[in-house]
Amino acid sequence: MKIATRAAYGEALVALAQKYPQLVVFDADLAGATMTKGFAAAYPDRFFDMGIAECNMTGVAAGLSTCGFIPFTNTFAMFAAGRAWEQVRNSIAYPRLNVKVVGSHGGLSVGEDGATHQCIEDFALMRAIPGMLVLCPCDGHEMHLAVEALLNYDGPAYMRLGRAAVETVTDAVEGYKFELGKGAVLADGKDAAIIATGIMVQLALKAREILAAEGIGVRVIDMHTIKPLDTALVRKAAEETGCIVTTEEHNVIGGLGGAVSEYLSEAYPVPVVRHGANDEFGRSGTAGAVLEAYGLTADGICEKVRHALTLKK
Amino acid sequence: MEKLYGSQLAITATRARLLALGAVHTAASGHIGGSLSAIDMITALYFNVMNIDPAKPDDENRDRFVLSKGHCSPALYAVLALRGYFPQEDLKLFRSIKGHMSGHAEMRHVAGVDMSTGSLGQGISAAVGMALGGKLQKKDFRVYAVLGDGELAEGQVWEAAMSAAKYNLDNLCAVVDVNGLQIDGATKDVMPTEPLDQKFAAFNWNVITAEGHDPCALVKAFEEAKAYKGKPSVILAKTVKGKGVSFMENNYGWHGKAPNDEQFEQAKGELEAKLAELEGK
Repeated sequence: MKIATRAAYGEALVALAQKYPQLVVFDADLAGATMTKGFAAAYPDRFFDMGIAECNMTGVAAGLSTCGFIPFTNTFAMFAAGRAWEQVRNSIAYPRLNVKVVGSHGGLSVGEDGATHQCIEDFALMRAIPGMLVLCPCDGHEMHLAVEALLNYDGPAYMRLGRAAVETVTDAVEGYKFELGKGAVLADGKDAAIIATGIMVQLALKAREILAAEGIGVRVIDMHTIKPLDTALVRKAAEETGCIVTTEEHNVIGGLGGAVSEYLSEAYPVPVVRHGANDEFGRSGTAGAVLEAYGLTADGICEKVRHALTLKK
Repeated sequence: MEKLYGSQLAITATRARLLALGAVHTAASGHIGGSLSAIDMITALYFNVMNIDPAKPDDENRDRFVLSKGHCSPALYAVLALRGYFPQEDLKLFRSIKGHMSGHAEMRHVAGVDMSTGSLGQGISAAVGMALGGKLQKKDFRVYAVLGDGELAEGQVWEAAMSAAKYNLDNLCAVVDVNGLQIDGATKDVMPTEPLDQKFAAFNWNVITAEGHDPCALVKAFEEAKAYKGKPSVILAKTVKGKGVSFMENNYGWHGKAPNDEQFEQAKGELEAKLAELEGK
């Protein structure tokens, strides 16, 4: 089954609205794209369209949260994490308010809209804020669980959603359980570990199949929570496989690759090869064509794994 | 506590001025000019207008206050101390690593502070959110926000103004501390924000003007705002930056500077003389 995480998110909001009466939803004139329109139609008195004014939306949500509500703010990742960064930092994170900042259309798979809307810096921006939870679920199944987990988490959080439809994979994994701050091992292997987030998780599973045919056994970890990083799981992978590849639809600077590298360099140094946007802006094209052009493919991940294996001592 | 009026408010505001001045002097750092211009309106709010109880600072039915010009924390902290939210002794820890009386208004560590502020333009959005919360919960608490006139150059203020009007937040009352000065000089030179009455009216707000150092005029303006239904209200309060200390008045150099010992003694003397005069001693 294929569904975009933004679509699953929109469904989750509606599905959880009755159970969580404190849930309120904000949008900034993108309700059709961020998929909050379903919630808006079902719960019009709990939905606020703040117009094209993301900074104010962020601040209003902060104020509303002090009255006991759990606001989810919605716009594109570029504006949620970029334009309103300082509002997220000073009005939400610093006073530790219970607001969930949701950035849809993260990464290069935004496609045709091009570089101005392809946010490849949101993990870095949000991760740098003290106390901020940073999430990027990989599929519709995981997204539903993530939304409910966020409703039960009292504190500031950022969650990225994707535009493109992606295969649901986590529902078929035996023993899969969603917990904030805990990565999930989707498939095991002893030669290398791929730590992936968002839409790169499905591609990592494909890369594993390709490499299996070459006799290389790869562990695939779905790291839906980028901060706080599941350091125990990362360390275990480093100890047991000896080399790591991180993959994300984000700049290789400051995101998942940065987080894993920072941790392992201090705790258990092994080769870490980062896969992502190679410190360059995106460009227009269909989602598939842009990902291909930037090497964000299963083959691209395989190359990084082969390279990581050569670095292994 | 009984509400204070007229001269009692003036006396309380003068005491608050002494406390704010002392805090800034002890810290050797802080924003005294704008604190002195905003202190009469904050005193009127906490000693007359607002429905609050210092024993229950988190009461969900309380009126809320947001100091959008968060750098004027000395004024807010002084008024909160006088109102009994925390001991006046705590003001000695203003801006000190030994405590948590942060340089800008801080809600997590200072009792009575309803929103952490400091980055200009953001407090008014939070106040809009609180007022929206009151409407959603069908509670009748009111929300007050004090902004600087220099702060109005921040675009977010006008985003917030639009949204307050959209949701008919008549439970929101903003006050602009129109002292006409900011860090780099006169507001009219740095970035002209006038005509404020026309701007707020055009953004669909009810506009009230008041003399910002006259307690009776301020209380009357707050009552007028409370009585107005259907739109948010803004009180344009004409003030003097540094009010109450002769050498600080209308001098932008005192925006964010602490007095030295000699200047402190002179300022303290002037305020104490004013207090004695108001108390009829």
